[in-house]
Amino acid sequence: MNQYPLWKYLLLAFLLVIGVVYALPNLYGEDPALQISGSRNATMDATVRDNVLGVLKTADIPVKSTELKPGQLLIRFNDTETQIKAVDFVKSTLGTDYTVALNLAPATPAWLSKLNALPMYLGLDLRGGVHFLMEVDMKAAVNQAIERYSNDIRTLLRNERIRYAMIRAEEQGVRVMFRSEADREQSRKLLNKELPLLVLEDIDTENPGLLAKINAQEIRDLEKNALQQNILTLRNRVNELGVAEPVIVQQGAQRIVVQLPGVQDTVEAKRILGATATLEYRAVDYEHDVQGAVAGTVPAGSRLYKDRDGNPVLLKKAVIVTGDQIINASSGIDQQSGGPQVSVMLDAKGARSMLDFTKKNVGKPMAVVFIENKSETTLVDGVPVKSNKKVEEVISVATIRDVFSKRFQTTGLDSPQEAHELALLLRSGALAAPINIVEERTIGPSLGKDNIKQGFKSVVIGFVAVLLFMALYYRVFGLVADMALALNLVLIVAILSLLQATLTMPGIAGIVLTVGMAVDANVLIFERIREELRNGNSPQASIQAGYEKALSTIADANITTLIAAVVLLSYGTGAIKGFAVTLAIGIVTSMFTAIMGTRAIINLIYGGRRLARLSI
Amino acid sequence: MQLLKRKLTIDFMGKRRLAVILSGVLLAVSLAALLTRGLNFGIDFTGGTLIEVGYPQAVELESIRTALEDSGFKGAQAQHFGSSRDVLVRIAPQVDKESAQLSEEALASLRQENADVEMRRIEFVGPQVGEDLTEQGALAMIYALIGILIYIMVRFQWRFAPGAVISLIHDVMIIIGVFAVFQFDFDLTVLAAILAIIGYSLNDTIVVFDRIRENFRKMRKGTAVEIINTSLNQTISRTLMTSVTTLLVLVALFVFGGEVIHDFALALIVGVVVGTYSSIYVASTVTLALGVSKADLMPAKIEKKEGDGSMV
Repeated sequence: MNQYPLWKYLLLAFLLVIGVVYALPNLYGEDPALQISGSRNATMDATVRDNVLGVLKTADIPVKSTELKPGQLLIRFNDTETQIKAVDFVKSTLGTDYTVALNLAPATPAWLSKLNALPMYLGLDLRGGVHFLMEVDMKAAVNQAIERYSNDIRTLLRNERIRYAMIRAEEQGVRVMFRSEADREQSRKLLNKELPLLVLEDIDTENPGLLAKINAQEIRDLEKNALQQNILTLRNRVNELGVAEPVIVQQGAQRIVVQLPGVQDTVEAKRILGATATLEYRAVDYEHDVQGAVAGTVPAGSRLYKDRDGNPVLLKKAVIVTGDQIINASSGIDQQSGGPQVSVMLDAKGARSMLDFTKKNVGKPMAVVFIENKSETTLVDGVPVKSNKKVEEVISVATIRDVFSKRFQTTGLDSPQEAHELALLLRSGALAAPINIVEERTIGPSLGKDNIKQGFKSVVIGFVAVLLFMALYYRVFGLVADMALALNLVLIVAILSLLQATLTMPGIAGIVLTVGMAVDANVLIFERIREELRNGNSPQASIQAGYEKALSTIADANITTLIAAVVLLSYGTGAIKGFAVTLAIGIVTSMFTAIMGTRAIINLIYGGRRLARLSI
Repeated sequence: MQLLKRKLTIDFMGKRRLAVILSGVLLAVSLAALLTRGLNFGIDFTGGTLIEVGYPQAVELESIRTALEDSGFKGAQAQHFGSSRDVLVRIAPQVDKESAQLSEEALASLRQENADVEMRRIEFVGPQVGEDLTEQGALAMIYALIGILIYIMVRFQWRFAPGAVISLIHDVMIIIGVFAVFQFDFDLTVLAAILAIIGYSLNDTIVVFDRIRENFRKMRKGTAVEIINTSLNQTISRTLMTSVTTLLVLVALFVFGGEVIHDFALALIVGVVVGTYSSIYVASTVTLALGVSKADLMPAKIEKKEGDGSMV
């Protein structure tokens, strides 16, 4: 009686080994490190590494180790202070072509990394950093669209020589008033044909009019685009900030979560996230010699720029179209040549200026300048100094083949990647719907450390207290429950590490709570066994009956707690979610360890023997 | 070792009038405190800015308040947080100021007052987000209760469900009452704690119900009161044991877990104590009042044999 088949022991042993292996990386801790990656035209190789190491050596900054991966260099330090000291030197050595990010690199041994065993992902409250919740101003996005449509309608009516009394962009749509019914009917036909996405409503006051509304589907699309464009722009900006493992995700229909672990300078972070990039279409000054301009004689009315590879380009000062006049830009394939292309769509105002310009300049080149505010670290007298710089770069030069206005294509690009990147830059320079920070949570580095320390301490103390109590109260059976509890803790940590779920302070609280509640299953079983013994049953029969009778109660009790945990998971955000994840995992693992785990050991100790009494 | 002597015959149900009075008083006080004093909602729900700063030495709150007042932060609250070197500053939502600047300006004025100040934590919650979080929290609570109600109705018998849910509402009300009476901060983590208590208290209740159901089927003689009493006596040592182990870890969390987790741990401790009491008295009393009987709980098998023979 009370014997387990071999496979159950093997299963337990297997899970124990897996649990230990995947929980193990958490014991090794993390090294403060710099994560350096090259941008576009910067390569990452041993030369760069040696260069950086040389600079750090002269500055007397000790380095623990380096790792060179394709496109990325990781430099580990012994402590955070050295890391912070090093970052400015590295930044100033490498310049803006490289992104230097502060990082906490797991010090996991190689054999564990090979098994994909990683430490738990610590939340911002444990490692320090900034959490922003940003909201896209959808009303502004729709208003922008209405404004654009009012310009489009004005242009259309003018071109068709339809007389109107007034065109005004209003909250609901574009209001167009006419002097006669005939004009209204004529416009209705025209607008239905040219702008089929607008819903036209009659306004019948003294004069006939039309209210052109954007249909519901397009409003949804507009909002979706505004959100995606903002996410994209934020990604680019965050890359510039140099943050290791940033999180930028959509939350709900109009919000974006941005999490920047390790960022301390929130002022800087907010400035960069909020900075606007813009762009300008300019005519290329082909009448003058570029080399002459480089030598110092820049002609009046022109300016010298550089393209992305650093080659000089001479452009006229007059701007044709600015970024806020671009409605959309997308990359694709040119139907005629089969090569990559970028399609650009301008608003009415931009289309008009583009038409005027291209009419006179077919066959001549035109350039796009991308303007961005960047921060830069330079060494001034050996001291790193941060400064803000306006970076202006020519991202594309193309010949005007034909007269165009609202829509046009840029072809002759080298690769689909280049087309994709150009479209991305054009979009991020275009006017996006405004975005506001609606929630901010910043955790300083010292608080993060305190949280880890206190969280760890409370888990250990609570855990030991429960272990002692159980051992005292149930003796041998209590010790068995203790082993199961230890296994439970290992499994929770292993699963959290495997899922790479975010561990937060409330998450630690969830683990602590699970430790307290996990023994409940064992208490239920052991109390049952005591009861059976009291009723005069034999020890073996009591063990059997105790486990059997307690099972349904344990299941019921845990399922209801699980319901609460799942509800928390689906409704909670941030803090609550962290708690719910560990609670849910803990409930499931505790059921397994408290029932099957303890039974296996009990069977091993007492199974198949004649017993006079039990140590319970 | 045993906490309680072997054969218990405590007349739990005989004292149920006393329990009704006690619960009634607790609920009345909670409700009165909630209505008159209200909850001290954290910025998660109200919106606003919270800044936690640390100093190398103990600081006077008055000087911090003055520094903030001088910089135009009217009605900014400052309080010590954990120790006299840590200070928590709360600033109500401001209409005319951009949220992002607010915390920077407040920090700058603190830095001016004392250059050694260290930023430990900044939290800003916009009013809209606060509203959303409140709504989500309320919804989560309601959905958890409904889910549990359905589970118990399916798993036990409808007469048990009101008992379980009333005892849950009882527990939640008293936790909220404690927070209202003492004006502790009520933030998102406290809400999470309350939801965890819903799970925990129910856990206790279900263990008792399980035994009641079992005894109704097993014991041939005895009134409902006697059967419920026997069941409570049989489960009391387990109920207390689990509460003790849970309280052990919670006290560890409360004492060592740090200031951020304090209110959370406190809500859980209150909840475990109240939850233990309610699963003994409230849930059983309500079930008894609804007239649970032997016939209600005979195994479903017997009924099904008469009807559909194909079912097991």
